[in-house]
Amino acid sequence: MRVTCPWCGERDRREFTVQGDETALRRPHRDAPPEDWHAYIHLRDNPAGRLREMWYHDPCGTWIVVERDTVTHAVHGTTPAREAAR
Amino acid sequence: MRYSGFRVLAEGLRGNRGWTRAWRDPAPKDRYDTIIIGGGGHGLSTAYYLARNHGITDVAVLEKGYLGGGNVGRNTTIVRANYFLPGNSEFYSHSLKLWEGLEAELNYNVMHSQRGLINLFHSDSQRDAFVRRGNAMAAQGDDAILLDREGVRQLLPYLDFDNARFPIHGGLFHPRGGTARHDAVAWGYARAADRRGVDLIQNCEVTGIDIEGGRVVGVQTTRGAIRARRVGIVVAGRSSQVAAMAGLRLPIESHVLQAFVTEGLKPVIHHVISFGMGHFYISQSDKGGLVFGGDLDFYASYAARGNLPMVEHVMEAGMTLMPMIGRARVLRSWGGIMDMSPDGSPIIDRTPIEGLYLNCGWNYGGFKAVPASGWCMAHLMATGQPHEVAARYRLDRFATGRGLMDEEGTGAQHSLH
Repeated sequence: MRVTCPWCGERDRREFTVQGDETALRRPHRDAPPEDWHAYIHLRDNPAGRLREMWYHDPCGTWIVVERDTVTHAVHGTTPAREAAR
Repeated sequence: MRYSGFRVLAEGLRGNRGWTRAWRDPAPKDRYDTIIIGGGGHGLSTAYYLARNHGITDVAVLEKGYLGGGNVGRNTTIVRANYFLPGNSEFYSHSLKLWEGLEAELNYNVMHSQRGLINLFHSDSQRDAFVRRGNAMAAQGDDAILLDREGVRQLLPYLDFDNARFPIHGGLFHPRGGTARHDAVAWGYARAADRRGVDLIQNCEVTGIDIEGGRVVGVQTTRGAIRARRVGIVVAGRSSQVAAMAGLRLPIESHVLQAFVTEGLKPVIHHVISFGMGHFYISQSDKGGLVFGGDLDFYASYAARGNLPMVEHVMEAGMTLMPMIGRARVLRSWGGIMDMSPDGSPIIDRTPIEGLYLNCGWNYGGFKAVPASGWCMAHLMATGQPHEVAARYRLDRFATGRGLMDEEGTGAQHSLH
């Protein structure tokens, strides 16, 4: 599996750390009810198919949202997390 | 047909013409008392114990592929009861006791081999943690023996004891741990359940779960609608998809875990060896292949195959632990789809929907749990109450934060297991 870093181009999977579902970008407000925090921390759609997830490119220190197919491992696109979070 | 040594001999003399099929291949009925979704180890053992322990035989096991075609045939076959935390400790202890009587119980040779399992440690602090774990195992009534460096050397002389990064200081020996023939476990439970009247229905994929007034009333399948009073979801890596049919969102991520086997060799590794610091563990199958595995690939996957960086990592760990393994040739590798829960412990519980039960979250430890998982799931579905050794496997522990069981001590979050 090779992943395209928006800054560094296509790189080996070993240069990345995977954090998981992009839910990290949807952090609830600090006053949100406990159910929202539970959903944020624990609950996942866990799709068999396209998934948007957080990857960290270790050499350049960029968080990236990777859209990837969990059945085929095909990577369909990458976006800097900063832009995806907008 | 009852299996026995005499039967093997007699059939051998008669040209093996007398064997009959091990289980029926029934068409699904319109209605059952209880439906189990998933014909893997856990689903089949649930069906078996529903019939055996609770007299509930109007049961169908619905399997989208073939029996035992999922994780029960894709693991590294290790059976052990070396857990530390209350909740896990009594559950896996119960499971190991069931394993010890399983072949007589099922009238099936599952090749359960209690060859002993050794968890290696490499530092004083790790030894202290293992002393504590061993005491917890002993307090539970299971067996644990602390080996020093020479003690390990007597059992496993071929390890690299003086590795610069991970010198071997000793190990925690669990003599009752071992392996079993994984396919035979699925087949044994399937045959035993079938003999008690359970319908095992293969090539039957569940496509919907019917709910009326907050109560489950049946399922939709590729072979028609089937009504049922109780439905159990026992589908491991596919739990999120099946639960979604009932409108549930689970605390589960599905990840790939790879394993490997070498070509057959003469007997060389007589135990199960776990090298936790290298994320590596190994045993030798009765056929002679060295069976070993590593850690998750650490990305969500349903592909049942992994990527090369983890292959490389596992091979490096093997070479670190026992340089002689470099002479063996890898025959094949495979991946299983692990239903990872945030705290690394499973879920056997009711759902908010009446009559719908959930069994999932087995992480990388589902195989050894097969007997007790079925035993406790059957108890829950038959009585409506959790079995005492599985009472802590609650679905709501993540929402409440009470009773989390983080055996690894890394934190109860998805990305940490």
